[in-house]
Amino acid sequence: MTTSEHSTDLDTRYGSDTRTVTLRVNGRGVTREVATRTTLADFLRDDLDLVSVHLGCEHGVCGCCTVLLDGGSVRSCLMLAVQAGGQEVETVESLSPDQDRLHPIQQAFAEEQGLQCGFCTPAMALRAREILADGKEWTDEEVRQEISGILCRCTGYQNIINAVQNAGRKLRGGPGAARDETKGS
Amino acid sequence: MAAPDIEKPRYKYIGADRKRVEDPRLLVGRGGFIADLKMQGLLHAAILRSPAPHARIVSIDTSEALQIPGVVAVLTGEDVKAHMNPCMNFGPPTIAQYPIAVDKVRYVGEAVAAVVAESRYTAEDGVEALVAEFEDLPVVTDPRKALEPESALLHDDHGSNLGYERTFEFGDISRALSDADLVVEDTLHWGRSAGMPMETSGATARPGLNGVLEIHCNSLNFSYLQFLVANALKIPSNKLTMQPVPAGGSFGSKFTAHKVPTLAGFLALRTGRPVSYVEDRLDHLMNSDHHGSDRYYEAKMGVTADGMITGLDIDVVDDYGAYLQFGVGTHGNAFSQAVGPYTFRDLKYRLRAALTNKCQQGAYRGFGSEVHNWVLERMVDKAAAELGLEPEEIRRRNFIQQDQFPYKIPGGNIYDSGNYPAVLDKALGMIDLEYWRTEQQRLREQEGRYIGIGLATTQERSVFSSTEFWFWFDEPAFPITSSPESATITIDPTGQFQLQLHCQSMWGNSPETVSTTVVAEEFGVEPESVNVSYADTAHALPGTGPGGSRYTVMVAGAVRGAGRKLKKKLIDIAAHTLEVAAEDLELVDARVQVKGAPEKSLGLPELAASAYFFALNLPPSMESGLEESYTYDHPYTTLPSPDRTDLGVFYPIVGHACHIAVLEVDPDTGQTAFHDYVAVHDAGTVVNPKSLDGHVTGGAAQGLGSTLYEELAYDADGQFTSSTFMDYLVPTANEVPPFRIGHVETPSPYTEYGIKGGGEGGRLVTPSVVSAAIDDALREYGMRVRELPVKPADIVEAVQGAMARS
Repeated sequence: MTTSEHSTDLDTRYGSDTRTVTLRVNGRGVTREVATRTTLADFLRDDLDLVSVHLGCEHGVCGCCTVLLDGGSVRSCLMLAVQAGGQEVETVESLSPDQDRLHPIQQAFAEEQGLQCGFCTPAMALRAREILADGKEWTDEEVRQEISGILCRCTGYQNIINAVQNAGRKLRGGPGAARDETKGS
Repeated sequence: MAAPDIEKPRYKYIGADRKRVEDPRLLVGRGGFIADLKMQGLLHAAILRSPAPHARIVSIDTSEALQIPGVVAVLTGEDVKAHMNPCMNFGPPTIAQYPIAVDKVRYVGEAVAAVVAESRYTAEDGVEALVAEFEDLPVVTDPRKALEPESALLHDDHGSNLGYERTFEFGDISRALSDADLVVEDTLHWGRSAGMPMETSGATARPGLNGVLEIHCNSLNFSYLQFLVANALKIPSNKLTMQPVPAGGSFGSKFTAHKVPTLAGFLALRTGRPVSYVEDRLDHLMNSDHHGSDRYYEAKMGVTADGMITGLDIDVVDDYGAYLQFGVGTHGNAFSQAVGPYTFRDLKYRLRAALTNKCQQGAYRGFGSEVHNWVLERMVDKAAAELGLEPEEIRRRNFIQQDQFPYKIPGGNIYDSGNYPAVLDKALGMIDLEYWRTEQQRLREQEGRYIGIGLATTQERSVFSSTEFWFWFDEPAFPITSSPESATITIDPTGQFQLQLHCQSMWGNSPETVSTTVVAEEFGVEPESVNVSYADTAHALPGTGPGGSRYTVMVAGAVRGAGRKLKKKLIDIAAHTLEVAAEDLELVDARVQVKGAPEKSLGLPELAASAYFFALNLPPSMESGLEESYTYDHPYTTLPSPDRTDLGVFYPIVGHACHIAVLEVDPDTGQTAFHDYVAVHDAGTVVNPKSLDGHVTGGAAQGLGSTLYEELAYDADGQFTSSTFMDYLVPTANEVPPFRIGHVETPSPYTEYGIKGGGEGGRLVTPSVVSAAIDDALREYGMRVRELPVKPADIVEAVQGAMARS
């Protein structure tokens, strides 16, 4: 085995350039010193322990790392943490972090079995929140289009579409409906 | 013609659409995946991967990498050679593999060196700083040329690129073909795709207390095969504990995936510190343990003038890549249902397993059966077209009938039960084929549009027996015959249920929902109230893990077995306490009560209190506590004959499916769009209809990917050209149609509750039905899908070729 002998001169190429970043995450103010090259995804996972942000490809295709940035979905593997400064980030914990008190969107995914392994699920639930935010009714085909930026390998998508529609009914009101209280709308 | 209703017992929990018990934690993002595991002092590894398909490693300069602050160690093939045995290997021992290449690399992406550092970022800096020199060797990419004597060799010790070869003949294929009125022939190629879960493989290894190495990993069946990892690491098996970690999808790709946990274990042993290695997507695409099948077929099928199949003659070269590993099982698997649902008795099957400079093959949903089924159904469709028979008619004429079960197929496997006409009739009843056939003609004539109708069937073999891994060889090194599953049920002192499963079985299927449903059925407690845990390998009873659609059947057997033992104990305690004969008691809705006098009863908390705290109230000689385990062995398996004229019973729990698709194809662009898609499955007694529908849909979506989009492609020089998700096209929501799903339930006579496996069926049939629909849509152009994936450019090329010829 070859073992390293550390140089005493710190090499600034290797992640030693840092900045202070201040942002809001799931409603709370956060200030941290981060390496400038740290992605938003790794910052959320490693610095803030928000391991619901899942890394599927790290090149911006699978969408499993989707978070909401000021209410709009972004792929957190393609952003640096420092780029999120001054903005509001939401992960699936912003719906509900408590498995005994699920948000209506999470309830709808459970009712429709809109998940199997759960790896793309936080991203899909956040995307559902984004498209359901204004109370619009969508057709199945529109929902299909709206979620098509996130890959799911388990479900074949149909139960996810059913879950988004079920969540929409819950959030819009009507029999058995619940309000998205965390959104205050 | 309606199918008769099949009588089956009524259950309270089994068969109901219930929410999955796994989902709440997943919905709040706490699935406990491997990358979420953190520990004190954890190091991270990144891998330098070979840029060359076949080359001798001349030198690796690690000096610059080791200067980087935070880099702890660099390990290469030299370290591996000095400190490891070859990895676990299910093929010939002359084809040895290590988790880091030793002396030479054999495919683009093979590991050349591992950098271990304080963070993954720093480890990747280290990989960038490595300087490796390679001396290129001649590259072997075409599996047929690989078998020619002048080809360069991948493994000098093996002496040729023929991994193994065998010809099986059951019946008399020459007579079957010469007696036929028509023999159809074709050359077919099934291209390489893979399970491609959204979560890659990963492992975290920690040198622990008492010299025990812990490996946490998301591979699936190390209760069964942990000792093989220990052997590779040169440590006693009792000094290695493998901790099960839930997987974010597998579909075969994490089935005994050994390279990642073995490598993490090695890095931890060499550095003396905990090390995490989680593949990135590039690692997984180019170096997974489980690329799917890549097969070149010459096939012949004989039929009589009235459409009866007389025999099937298969000659297949399989492009295995650089190592054999688990891939050795995928042709044995095809023999579990080699004749499909049909009655023909004559079958010849010649396999040559070729070694090439590509990543190794392994498991992908179907494990080789899906490929064989595509070939079988392609040939049936070709025969039907030449005889002028509709696809449903030729199949109906050849179906094995209900009064023939249990049915022994050529080769020896048994089909336990089935009702194939009922499945076909149900599918035909869900879609108006006459309407679509009229519409097909109208659209063609009036609008110049091309609609095709595809119909195909599949057998859904389930519950493998391990003999499929070795019956290819005359003198297998380890002719294993066990594939058990275990469960432990504990009722704690307050009457709450703990259920322990003895393998890592959670990868997106529903092991906890299924097993707690069985507990509920047996004890009358709600499934959600049962806590489920998974044993590590230091504590696990025999467990084989999920794979081959076995887990639902096997865990139901294990849980019911443990439940019977525990119920007996509860009844014995109650009999002693109530001073009633045990045979006069029954367990109903979580209480033990006197038959016919339910007011005289004891609840589980009262019985549990006695069992744990009041030994003097127990029957004499009864042990304290309420815990029972049961190991459920394969319900029906027999040995292959020594001469292999009979391969034995190895996959006898057999479901069936029929899919019908209506597909529009644009001949100018090659684009496809579904108008309708019907899928009817018979997986025996259904445990949770919505979960089964989810598996059918997900499997069908993957079949669609293998048919139209996904390809792990190598160019003629052996370069890998599918190294991102922009090249390897996993279907999005836009590509997957809504599937209309129906069920027929023919309970298995051999399993608890009559359950059959249903995890793979969707993918077993989609390639056949979509290929058939494309052919049907472009029949006037002589379209014949012979190669998968069939991409838009392939369709356009076929159409333009036909137009140029006309």
